[in-house]
Amino acid sequence: MNYDWSWKIFLDLSSNGVDTYVYNLLTGVGWTLALSLSAGIASFAFGSIVAVMRTAPSVTLHFIGTVYVEIFRNIPLLVQMFLWYFVLPELLPKDWGDALKQMGQPWGQFIPAVLCLSFYGTARLAETLRAGIQSLPGGQGQAGTAMGLTPAQVYLYVIMPQAYRIVIPPLTSEFMGIVKYSSVALTIGLLELTGQARAMQEFSFHIFEAFSAATVGYLVINGCVVLIMHHVERHFALPGKIGWKARMKLSGSAS
Amino acid sequence: MNFDFAAIIQAIPYLFGTGMTFTLTLTTAAASMGLILGTLLAVMRLSPYRIVSIPAGIYVNTMRSIPLLLVIFWFYFLMPYIGAWITGSSRPMNVGAYKSAIITFTLFEAAYFCEIMRAGIQSVSRGQLSAGLAIGLTYWQSMQGIILPQAFRNMLPSLGTRVIILFQDTSLVYVLSLTDFLGAGAKIGQRDGRLVELYVFVALVYLVICFSASRIVKLLERRAFVAR
Repeated sequence: MNYDWSWKIFLDLSSNGVDTYVYNLLTGVGWTLALSLSAGIASFAFGSIVAVMRTAPSVTLHFIGTVYVEIFRNIPLLVQMFLWYFVLPELLPKDWGDALKQMGQPWGQFIPAVLCLSFYGTARLAETLRAGIQSLPGGQGQAGTAMGLTPAQVYLYVIMPQAYRIVIPPLTSEFMGIVKYSSVALTIGLLELTGQARAMQEFSFHIFEAFSAATVGYLVINGCVVLIMHHVERHFALPGKIGWKARMKLSGSAS
Repeated sequence: MNFDFAAIIQAIPYLFGTGMTFTLTLTTAAASMGLILGTLLAVMRLSPYRIVSIPAGIYVNTMRSIPLLLVIFWFYFLMPYIGAWITGSSRPMNVGAYKSAIITFTLFEAAYFCEIMRAGIQSVSRGQLSAGLAIGLTYWQSMQGIILPQAFRNMLPSLGTRVIILFQDTSLVYVLSLTDFLGAGAKIGQRDGRLVELYVFVALVYLVICFSASRIVKLLERRAFVAR
């Protein structure tokens, strides 16, 4: 068994004859980050709205929220990706569809991928946030209403600030999930990190160097997600809650 | 555009006969073997011996922080070399996409099942283990006969949800050109130029199956809640 292991391969010119493999992999990291960040922000914003709808007293809002979540959670992500990429342009009015199809690399792939990951992420984050909202004692909302706040104000000032703090740990794994799911975009031809590693493997035959590099890339990105979320958790910890102690200890002012 | 239902009806025998059969085989194989391996990993992670718990922890955390697609590629290319290393042959072994997919999903799911079973084991009160040891059972006997059955029952809803996710994730074998349910739909759609119809149909079938399965899991959850 002989495998020609060589880390120098990263500095070789890639198949396009201009850039090195390491440059291509870093571009891949860039696309992975761009995808995850846009999808993450969109999922967080819309996920909050859907979570509020699912916990709202209105039957119609609850129904719409539930149908949304069930549809997007129960279809495999890869199938959703194909629906956005292959099916959507056919269903839109003809000039729109043609405009979508004629968009070149990489935007023609990036936009469907972001839409797909955002819609999917929204459903997942909505479920996480809903669990957070429902874990609050009902008295919180009632107290807010008794003070004369409107339902919107109750959510904005009383419920959501507490719910967000509660769900930070599961939210962390959801954000890591979005980074991981972004790799599915390679199936529609977007060269993000996994896609670049796959391309490098195909042309250089240095299979394991390419996939090792991608693995390290994901470990670093997800490590950063964990660190950032730890920071967020400490920053927003409330006095009197368990997280507060950790924050005091860290800043050295605990007695 | 015109939606051609006939294209779907003609494809149904192939879609279910070949595609869905493969998807279900892969799901069942990976779920059952993954659960066994995952339970073993969970017991390892909870072991007081660090030489056992640390490698299990590293394995589980690494698997859980990289994308499944990358894991599929890793094993698809790594397997021939591992095979050659085990059999001591000098040339990479021909493993094939099918076996490689089953091994990949088993090893990948084991990491997720491990975390579920670990939570399950930790949900059983410590006194149960002490009682087992007190009546003269060994550690392994009490694990097998007392702790694990309870852990398994407590975690049945979470395990069910994970199997539904696994069922959806098996569609990713598309990248190995295997003919699972989605792969079958894509092949027929490309042959007949009816991608839109086939993809929409595939999505609807997945939706119906996964939605019904998640209702069943919810029922299980309610029953388990009553039983305790």
